[in-house]
Amino acid sequence: MSTQAATETPTLHPARPARARGTFVSDTWVIARRGLIHMRRQPEALSDATIQPVMFVLLFAFVFGGAIAVPGGGSYKEFLMGGIFAQTIVFGCFGVALALSNDRNNGAIDRFHSLPISRASVLAGHAVANLIRAFLPIGFMTIAGFVVGWRIHSGVLDVLGAYGLMVVFSFAMIWIGVLLGSLVPTPEGVQGVAFVVIFPVTFIASTFVPTSTLPSVLKTIAEWNPTSSLANALRHLFENPGGVTPSSGAWPLQHPVAYTLIWAVGIVVVCAPLAVMQYQRSIKS
Amino acid sequence: MTTNAIEAHGLVKTYGEKRALDGVDLAVARGAVCALLGPNGAGKTTAVRVLTTLTLPDAGTATVAGHDVVGDPVAVRRVLGLAAQDATVDGLLTGHENLTMIGELHHLGRKRAKERATVLLEQFTLTDASDKLAKEYSGGMRRRLDLAATLVAQPEVLFLDEPTTGLDPRARNDLWDVLDELVAGGATILLTTQYLEEADRLADDIVVVDHGRVIARGDARSLKRQVGGDQLRVVVADRADLDAVTAIVGRIAGHQPTVDVGARSVVAPAEGGTSAISALADALTEAEIRVEDLGLAQPTLDDVFLTLTGAPPEADDDAAAVPVSTISEEQR
Repeated sequence: MSTQAATETPTLHPARPARARGTFVSDTWVIARRGLIHMRRQPEALSDATIQPVMFVLLFAFVFGGAIAVPGGGSYKEFLMGGIFAQTIVFGCFGVALALSNDRNNGAIDRFHSLPISRASVLAGHAVANLIRAFLPIGFMTIAGFVVGWRIHSGVLDVLGAYGLMVVFSFAMIWIGVLLGSLVPTPEGVQGVAFVVIFPVTFIASTFVPTSTLPSVLKTIAEWNPTSSLANALRHLFENPGGVTPSSGAWPLQHPVAYTLIWAVGIVVVCAPLAVMQYQRSIKS
Repeated sequence: MTTNAIEAHGLVKTYGEKRALDGVDLAVARGAVCALLGPNGAGKTTAVRVLTTLTLPDAGTATVAGHDVVGDPVAVRRVLGLAAQDATVDGLLTGHENLTMIGELHHLGRKRAKERATVLLEQFTLTDASDKLAKEYSGGMRRRLDLAATLVAQPEVLFLDEPTTGLDPRARNDLWDVLDELVAGGATILLTTQYLEEADRLADDIVVVDHGRVIARGDARSLKRQVGGDQLRVVVADRADLDAVTAIVGRIAGHQPTVDVGARSVVAPAEGGTSAISALADALTEAEIRVEDLGLAQPTLDDVFLTLTGAPPEADDDAAAVPVSTISEEQR
């Protein structure tokens, strides 16, 4: 070592007192707040949660709506809203996937991990920010729906149940997003998966058309697709047409709320641990 | 204090077939500045990642400020500041928000974090840009903000991974000045660089790494001496004179010169320094050869590597075969 190094230079600053570790919640909130600021300053990245669902509402209500008949009668606009809510909530997984993927690619994750915080709080912060983000499209669509003529016919409890179910499913989708963001190396890749995998999943469902109109194989897929059951559950809870298909058809068609909840729990139970594992692997190297 | 701020023994890290670190030993005393010097892919960044707990080593041990990087990573993170290679400031946050966030994640509390941010922005002459989004910063400003971010919690040990890569010469000089101040303040710094000049300017000790191994240690002077010191370099005006000049340079230097036809240059190690230059000038004048450039060139990092890694054409060079050389440091 050099002579300068050998002299006893005192450290630049005294060591800071070590703080307690019960900081998980506050660390999570700091990172969540950052995520929310990102969203606010990047409105174009929010288009899938704002403009896109509203556009779908308008497109289907006025362009395709006239050509699609609701079995058992009723307003297509009222049928439509449950589907668009469901689709947008499923798309909600991309926000968190993109955010994680960006953070990993621009070094933010490394920065966070060189800080004395729980690494779980980085993931949790993203999850919280994106759960809050999920309220945005739900609000936008509610307004857009009312504007085009959607009406709720059920009581307060059912409506609360419907919105509660949306939040629960949004939470589940976040874990799919974390898994996706950890598996797919680049933000471009995430976009690709969005288009090739998730987009069809939301269309081979009762999102825009009744499943009874689909050819047999697609019909079965659509009937068991959780996007369908979420859409149907919302229709059921809002007392819109197309909610519950009584006594005919697959079990999910008859019990959309229960089936949707099973999926939500299933996704969290399966995807959350996988996502955390995959996330840890993706940041290890 | 007898413990070193950074100590590493036999660090190994492999990625598939590639041994990014292949048994690296390091020792950096408190208050010292150590430069890891090496080309791209030498293992510099991997070494920093291991020491900053971002990557687990496959073998070997390391401590930072006495804390084991594997056994007690959180303690290590409390005392380190890391400026990663690509200035990881958050472009969508303002300068002030960037520093406040880091302060909060260091658990200073929101109020103190904000105060600290203000002080640091002032110190790094970023006060005017404090409320601008970091993505609107220039490269030099981003680096300064990044550096400020590493200092938020007043770390004991700073890791700077290629702190000036991508900066224009002016911004680089500014950053060097900032680093000088830190060094004067007694910070312990481990920095990585591809530039011998930068290592020379900032560091007490230079550790040359290549292919994941330490191939030399010392200060810049001793490294250059090991390469063979100064070199005679002649650039001729007319390519046709190259043969004649090669003969003259070879005679005066006492070594077979290296000829670069494209650059019309002839280079050879110079034993005699300035006296060799004047002899060469005389000889060239006498031979009536038009010369564009004539001088003593300092060895470049390329020369250091060629010599140290044993890659040059004349492979029986004495330094070439020595894997890890200890250089006496009486000159400092």
